[in-house]
Amino acid sequence: MRNVRRWGPGLLLVSPSIVLIAVFVYGLIGWNVKVSLSDWRQAEQTTGWAGLAAYRDLNSDPAWDESVHHILVFTGTFIVGALLFGLLLAFLLEKGVRGEGFFRSVYIFPLAVSFIAAGVVWRWLMNPAPGDRASGLNVAFDKLGVGFLANDWYLDQEWGMAAMAMPAIWALSGYIMALYLAGFRGVPEELREAARMDGASEWRVYRHVVFPHLRPVTLSALIILGHISIKVFDLVVAIGGKQLITQTPAVYMWILIYDAHDYAMGAAIATLLLIGISVLIIPYLVYTVRSEQRA
Amino acid sequence: MSTATTPAPPIPTPMRLGRRRRVGRTSARVLKLGAIVFFVVLFLTPLYILVVTSFKEAAETDPAHAWSLPSVWTFDAWRQAWTLLSPNLTNTFKLVIPATVISTVLGSLNGFVLSKWRFPGSDIVFTLFLFGMFIPYQAVMIPLTTLLADIHFPDQIPRLAFAHIVYGIPITTLIFRSYYATIPEELMEAARMDRAGMLRSYWSVVLPISAPAFVVTAIWQFTSIWNDFLFAVFIISDPAKWPITVAVNNTAGSLVTPYNLQMSAALLASLPTLVVYILLGRYFMRGLMAGALKG
Repeated sequence: MRNVRRWGPGLLLVSPSIVLIAVFVYGLIGWNVKVSLSDWRQAEQTTGWAGLAAYRDLNSDPAWDESVHHILVFTGTFIVGALLFGLLLAFLLEKGVRGEGFFRSVYIFPLAVSFIAAGVVWRWLMNPAPGDRASGLNVAFDKLGVGFLANDWYLDQEWGMAAMAMPAIWALSGYIMALYLAGFRGVPEELREAARMDGASEWRVYRHVVFPHLRPVTLSALIILGHISIKVFDLVVAIGGKQLITQTPAVYMWILIYDAHDYAMGAAIATLLLIGISVLIIPYLVYTVRSEQRA
Repeated sequence: MSTATTPAPPIPTPMRLGRRRRVGRTSARVLKLGAIVFFVVLFLTPLYILVVTSFKEAAETDPAHAWSLPSVWTFDAWRQAWTLLSPNLTNTFKLVIPATVISTVLGSLNGFVLSKWRFPGSDIVFTLFLFGMFIPYQAVMIPLTTLLADIHFPDQIPRLAFAHIVYGIPITTLIFRSYYATIPEELMEAARMDRAGMLRSYWSVVLPISAPAFVVTAIWQFTSIWNDFLFAVFIISDPAKWPITVAVNNTAGSLVTPYNLQMSAALLASLPTLVVYILLGRYFMRGLMAGALKG
């Protein structure tokens, strides 16, 4: 406390941000939980206590089941796809090629484009319409003589959300590539060289020396992709709109609030999203900050 | 990030490498380059479609010409998009510029204190900030819109800007804190020897060398606020005040809109962030790596 003259001004300078984060992140999260436990089920705000009613209603709501099913298919496809493509692209570039900077920029550029704008072109690419309303990949397949590949894309009953993950993979693989590229280049060259001297083939060098070094990168990438995926919203709205067939929890929440004015149920979904993401993020944050302190 | 930039030492080729192996290496290299180029084409395909379709006449966007270049290049769709969307572009600029500037300045002050002028508990404060970066914003959306209305916060665009500033604090603080952590302690000590207080040290020691971090942060904020859809769709109710993303989704994104107009609208909405990316991609990358925490 004697040193308050020393650290006091610092605390004072950060205090506006501390207050803002305290109120608008933590305070509003608490408020949202409260709304989810209230009886605010119409446009006019009410604050009566309703316990877990909204959660129970969600639990017996077929549209919610659909949303959960959709987000699981989407997340699985998206994470596996972005990890694989990211790793592959990094593998292709890691030893350095002429023009590497250009290639990297191309792989990463989708990240500078909004999901709304990307959605416009991907909806064209994945257009399932037949006849003279057709476009995109189905038309291309037809022209290339592989018309049997044409399909319903994001409107497919079973696997539509896997198609929906394609634009997301396109958008995020470059990011994952950048993470892996940094990982590849963090492997000390002496280690690879030592393995080669022992007569290991290039493949075995990767398998036993390089890839094990990439595990922490994979963990970070998983968490980044996972938290993006669980709350996916813009992309789905841009491509599928408000259709039930592409509805995700975040989209359902939006519909509940704007069309059904069911605030308690919307807040319940928001709370569940937060819990889902916190399970991923909190251990990761604690681990990151701790390892930084140890360093 | 520091590990990423270490150039790999040239790999000495062991003499005992047989001829067959060397041939194998060359073909492997050709194969790799082929794959790299293949992915470049794949990644740029959506951009190709956006560009060529936006310069077509509406009649030429039929399935037969879906993938071909325009037979007549016309600016019609661009002109239409401009007429339709220029008010929304103005809205977005009015939103993005103040929000980017303010959140970047806040990030710089916070980052400075949390790395160079710490107070007891500053690491906990930082961790609590970071969590705010990962939350699904759905979890604060209902109370946020309610609260801003209840306290009669200036309507529409100022509200949206305020939201972006508050929820931008975690990422901007993170980028600056990591950057300032690389400033040698001796520099700070020297300032202390001169009995410089906190603000003097910030102003005359830290700020003059902060330019790169300002660029990285400003680009990051510019891009994410420009591309935001979620906050805008919840906070802005007056269509005249819609930022570009919402406008693109609602008007040009409608299914009855001809493809050439959809694409020119999507491109128009993406041009500013794309230009920034092309000119300052290096800094964009750094923000990206900071966003992954461990970078």
